[in-house]
This record gives sequence, structure tokens and C-alpha cells, in this order.
Amino acid sequence: MQQRFLEASAEAEKKQEERFSIWLKGEGIPFIDDKAAQAYRKRVTLLKDAIQLRQKPGRIPVCPSAGFFPMQYAGITMYDAMYDYGALGTAWEAYHLDLEPDAYNGPTTIVPGKVLDILDLKLYEWPGHGVSHEREYQYVEAEYMKAEEYQDLIDDPTAYFLNVYFPRIFGSLKPLAAFPLLPPVNEIPMVPPLAMPFGAENMKAALECLAKAGEEALRWRAAIREIGGRIMGKGFPAFSGGFTKAPFDVIGDSLRGTQGVMLDMFRFPDELKEACERLIPSMIKCAVAACNATGHIMPFIPLHKGADGFMSQEQFKTFYWPSLRKLIIGLVNEGLVPQLFAEGSYNDRLEVISDIPKGRVVWWFDRTDMKRAKETVGKVACLAGNVPLDLLCTASPDEIKTYCRDLIDGAGVGGGFILSTGAGIQGSRKENVKAMIEFCKDYGRYGKR
Amino acid sequence: MTEALVQALVDMKEAEALQRAKQLLAEGTEPLKILESCSRAMEIVGQRFEKGVYFLPHLMMAGEMLKQISAMIKPLVQEQKAEAKKGRVLIGTVEGDIHDIGKNIVVFLLEANGFEVRDIGINQKPAKFVEAIKEFQPKVVGMSGLLTLAFDSMKKTVEAIKEAGLRETVRIVIGGGVVTEKIKDYAGADAYAPDAMAGVRLAKEWTERR
Repeated sequence: MQQRFLEASAEAEKKQEERFSIWLKGEGIPFIDDKAAQAYRKRVTLLKDAIQLRQKPGRIPVCPSAGFFPMQYAGITMYDAMYDYGALGTAWEAYHLDLEPDAYNGPTTIVPGKVLDILDLKLYEWPGHGVSHEREYQYVEAEYMKAEEYQDLIDDPTAYFLNVYFPRIFGSLKPLAAFPLLPPVNEIPMVPPLAMPFGAENMKAALECLAKAGEEALRWRAAIREIGGRIMGKGFPAFSGGFTKAPFDVIGDSLRGTQGVMLDMFRFPDELKEACERLIPSMIKCAVAACNATGHIMPFIPLHKGADGFMSQEQFKTFYWPSLRKLIIGLVNEGLVPQLFAEGSYNDRLEVISDIPKGRVVWWFDRTDMKRAKETVGKVACLAGNVPLDLLCTASPDEIKTYCRDLIDGAGVGGGFILSTGAGIQGSRKENVKAMIEFCKDYGRYGKR
Repeated sequence: MTEALVQALVDMKEAEALQRAKQLLAEGTEPLKILESCSRAMEIVGQRFEKGVYFLPHLMMAGEMLKQISAMIKPLVQEQKAEAKKGRVLIGTVEGDIHDIGKNIVVFLLEANGFEVRDIGINQKPAKFVEAIKEFQPKVVGMSGLLTLAFDSMKKTVEAIKEAGLRETVRIVIGGGVVTEKIKDYAGADAYAPDAMAGVRLAKEWTERR
């Protein structure tokens, strides 16, 4: 088969410009006045200049990861936010309009609780369903895919998800185990076997559940679009507009689990590598579809299991990076700018991850040494990061400013930098978040120094 | 040849290690001797981890191999000689947090290093830590957490231990996720362990000193 996703295509740059101009235009955003529209475009331009590495932006954009902080800021619980879209909107608006970060973090990770309830999701515990109303939802580690199922996943990922994985992770979708295989349905004798499973009572009930969950999810989407319009309409572009994951993390996070995937590197290395390869096209399409829908250029990609300490350098080069790089190239070729959020530290990985086309991605770091990042991957990619959560949660505004000053003096030199946080800022002191944003807007001006 | 077993374990060759262990048993090697070889191998694995040659997957693989060999051998050891345990360590994930992978690795390494460990599990309230300390009387208490909410839970747990009058009886180490040296001060713990082996090192230091 033809090798794909290895090099940036000749049209990639043109496609990127087209997507930037769509994002810049912000068509459909209900701007409250011309001033708001101008503020929006000014902020998009700051981000565009930082990303493309062609010229220094006017100043360093400051775009923290809001995480679950807006709820805390507005004094509502996680439960409120997941079940009451009105409360969610009020909290999101209060955070963004009071503190004025340069980008809007949509509440797309504050998923609707009712949808989870209807589908009976097993992957997570959420407020009122395993954790208290005040707590954030948390992942339940388990082997949702068995080691001996690699070949089934490789043979037909869609069938594997429908027939095996969904019945395991959604209590209400167990009957999908009988969902027919589709490629055989290409001749007249195969039509009755296609229809049969859908006549069964339990399948009807499962599809009914999906329809109900779908209706609720649509209500939620309408609500968050309205919230987004309200905030973006006041001049704040969204920081990302889609979501996908590194193939290794798809397997390591929610199929095989952390322990499973770590052992598989020794026990089933070939199957693991092949499964990662197999997932690449789906993970590209997922981000492209979302970004097409939102008119945004940056799909958010949280990276988990490739961090320093989670595997050796050799394992990173063998198991993690090849399929991630193909995902990156696939997205770049669609004109998108992958927003790679490297949780934990990536100090050992900096050289390896520099092997990407210039000015096409954002590498967003958490505990990585930002000066070293600037000297390595910073030469080919815009960096974002990395005000740490321990400081934001426990230090004083002065300590925050000192940290931001060092960060700007190091990673901010010459552009190509977005000041952000090392993780979602839940638990942070309000005054620290405020200090970070205000300080960056002042000290981060390039003309000033 | 126990050396070949040690080598296979250290090289992460699971099938070979299990085969060697089986063969040694069949040849009449003393079961306890085989377990000793395993401990020796684990020590080398730990050293490689500290040198940055091995990482979490290697620790997990080592744990898996050890578990399987122990299961093979333990029934054959009639009267396990009461090994001189190094000391007692109580460990748990603090309230509100349900993550335990990091904690489980620390438990495995502590046990492999001869500690008597009581693992009270995830999402444990301060009162549960206090209760378990009273009952188990550990020298070391380990608190784990992945999320920022663990900062306050750790602080509250340390306070509860203090209020129960037990603070002077234990040394407290915290670790996991977003925890840092700064959070050690915030929570009032004695130390922060940046990785699993650092936790073991601290436990050794503290139990030997007392």
C-alpha cells in the first residue's frame, strides 16, 4: 500500500492560509459592535503571527487553559455545569469577560451529564455518578480492550468499536454487539441479515437510547454555541476548534489502559504498532470534521503516555512518535495547525519532536524546560506554556509575575510563543490567574523592549 | 543457573524468565533461592530506573514477572521464614482522587524492597488515613494524587494526622501527577518524591534512621 502522511504536501501552506482567513473572518460570530470584531481579529492575528514564525506578533498572546476553573470562579459546582447549561454559560462568560484572556476556551470538555447518564458510560465517574457534585469527572482505569483483541481492532476498527468496545463502555449499548458487519452487505442475499438485528427488541431499545442521548447532545451543542457566540462576539476568538488524540494514547488511555499498553510494548510490540497505524486516518478525519464545523484551524490534541518517564527514548521512537508524526502531517496537509498539549515533561523528547515542517504546529508544554524547548523545537514550531499549577494554586501574584517574566525572557524571544498554563487551571487562586494575564499583556509587548 | 534467571528478568524477557524459573524448580533448586534471585534482579532493575535507562513500562513488566514467579513458588514454600521486614509504610490516594497507577507502582517497589505495605486504596478521606495509622502504626505515610484537587486533600490529611496527635509518629511523603516540592510545603508533608524510586529511597532513609 502507498505510504501516506510522511511529508508536508505542496498545497499544505495554501490550505493553511485559507483556513487562517476563515478563522480571521469569523463569519457567523454575532459581534456586538465593530470594536469587538476588531478586537477578535487583532487577537487572531497575534496567534497567527506566533504560529507561522514569519514575524513577531505585536505582543505575546496569553491563553491559559481554563479547564474547570470558570465554575470555581463563578461559584457553581461541576454538577451544575454538567446538568444546567444556563449555569455553565454564566460561569464561562464571567471568567472570560472579567479576566480577558486572549482566547476563548469553549466548554466542550464540560460534557452534558444527561448524555452520560442515558448511555451509562463506564469509562468515567462524574458528579452524582461516582464522585460528589463538587468534584471533576475522572477516568476509571481498566482494560476495556483485551490483549488478544488486537487483531480484531486491526482487521476492522469500526466493527471492533461497534461490536466489542461500545457494548463494554456504554451500559445502554450492549445490543450493538449484534450490529452487522458492513462490507459483506453488497449482494441481494445479504440484505435480510443486515436488517434482522434491528428488529430485535433489545436493539430497538438501544437505538432509542442513542436517539435520546443524541437529542440531549444537540440541546447541549445549541447551548454551547450560544455561549460561544456570546463570548466570541465580544472579541475573543476560540483557542481551539476540534479534538483528536495520538493513536498510541487512544490505545493506552481508553482501550488497553496504562498498565496494559506498557506491558504490550514488551508482549505484543508488532500488534501495538500496527494498531496505532490503523487508527491514524480516523484520528485525522475526526479533527478535520470538527474544524470544518467550527471554522477553526487548531484541533486540540492532549498527549499523555509519551511523556518523559512513561517510556524510554527507544520506546518513544518506536511506539509513540511514528504514528503521532503521521497524524501531525495528515492534519498539516489539511491546512490545520495541530495544537499538541504535551502533559508532564518532554525534555527527553525535544530533539525527536523537532522533525516537523516549520510554522505549522503549536507545541504546548507543561513541565518541560522552556529554554531548552526554545532552542530545539522552538526553531520550527510555536511554543505555548507553561505557568505551573502548583504556583497558580498556592503562590502569590508576585511569584507568578516573576515566573512569567522568566518565561517571556526565555521562550518569548523573537516571537513564536503563546503564554499559557501547564494544565487546566482548576484550583488556581483568582488573583494569580489575573496577575498572569495582566502581566503578560504588559510585559509581553514586543515593541516595548 | 540462577544467574540466567536474573539476567532474563533484568533484560525484560518474560517468557524466558518464566521458563528459567520453572526449570530451576524442576531441577530441585530451593524455592527461596529463586525468590532471592528475583530480589537481586529487581534491585538491578531499580538501579537502571534511577539511572534513566529503564522507565515505568520496565517497572511494570518487572512487577508482572515477579508476580507470576511468586505465584509459582509461594505454594511450595512451606514455612516462609519471617523475613526481617524493613518497616511499615501506609499508602493511599487522597480524597477526591481516584487514580492509582502511580501508587500501585510505589507499592510494588516498596514490597520488592522488603517493606510491609498497607495500601488503603483510592479516594480516602483524612479520617481514613488517621484510622489506618492508628491501626497499622506505620513509620512512613505516602499520599498520592494526580489532580490539583489533591493539594487541598493532602493538606487536610496532614492536618487531621496532626490533630489526632500522630504527626510525630510518622514521616509523610507525597507524590503523583501535578504534585511538586512546593506542594510539600503547602500540605505540610516531610518530602516530595518525584518518582517511584525516590519514594522507596525516602522510605529506606526514614526507616533506617529511626
